[in-house]
Amino acid sequence: MAFDIVFWILAVAAVASALMVVLLRNIFRAALAMILCFFVVAGLYATLGADFLAVIQVLIYVGAISILIILAIMLTRDVWQAGRASSVGTAATVAFLLFGSAMIIGLSFSKWPTATLIEPQPTTGSLGLLVFGESGFVLPLIISAALLLAAIIGALVLVKDD
Amino acid sequence: MSVGLQHYLILSAILFAIGLYGALGRRNALVILMSIEIMLNAANISLVAFSRYVANAALTGQVFALFVIVVAAAEAVVALAIIMTVYRNHKTVEVDKINLMKW
Repeated sequence: MAFDIVFWILAVAAVASALMVVLLRNIFRAALAMILCFFVVAGLYATLGADFLAVIQVLIYVGAISILIILAIMLTRDVWQAGRASSVGTAATVAFLLFGSAMIIGLSFSKWPTATLIEPQPTTGSLGLLVFGESGFVLPLIISAALLLAAIIGALVLVKDD
Repeated sequence: MSVGLQHYLILSAILFAIGLYGALGRRNALVILMSIEIMLNAANISLVAFSRYVANAALTGQVFALFVIVVAAAEAVVALAIIMTVYRNHKTVEVDKINLMKW
């Protein structure tokens, strides 16, 4: 019962903050609403028993990506008009309604093979063993390291002025 | 009814649809970037929900979500670098006005 209440509060907060991100006129307040959305999503991870992922979500999304976006807002300060729809605004609304309704209808009528729930265990050690184990995910880990390196070098090349 | 897998999936679909509207229907490039991050978060919620309700002991969904977070961070860095370069050259971040390559 308490779990249901927590889920509904977090779900309403997530949808409300996401709507504020895409609809607010002031872009700085949209960025703050996005930070709230990230916190709420971390709370949703916690309700799903993913404790390590919730902490990583706060650290990386709120701690790094949100700060970068606010920095970019500061650097492009002359153009703070965020609330205007683009020239394909009506098509975007139609796409949103179609996609949203199709997904909701499709998900409501699907039967998922749900297993019996077990008590949530601490996931940090299990995730470490899973990633670095025998049939683990070390190759995607190394590739993501190369991806981050490429992203950093690319960003530096783009923004340096000579 | 008590909260189950479908509630998380429908929440993920709603968040993804909201992010989709923001990515397609907004002019400011930074709002588009924020909407893309919301879409990635929605996908992550659905991954972790599947990992909890369908495949209980295997935490593969959470590992996948970790890698999605890493890729989202790298993509945000590159997107911000592009936006700042475009702003430096054209003094605007509205995607309707960046149309040099249109015929």
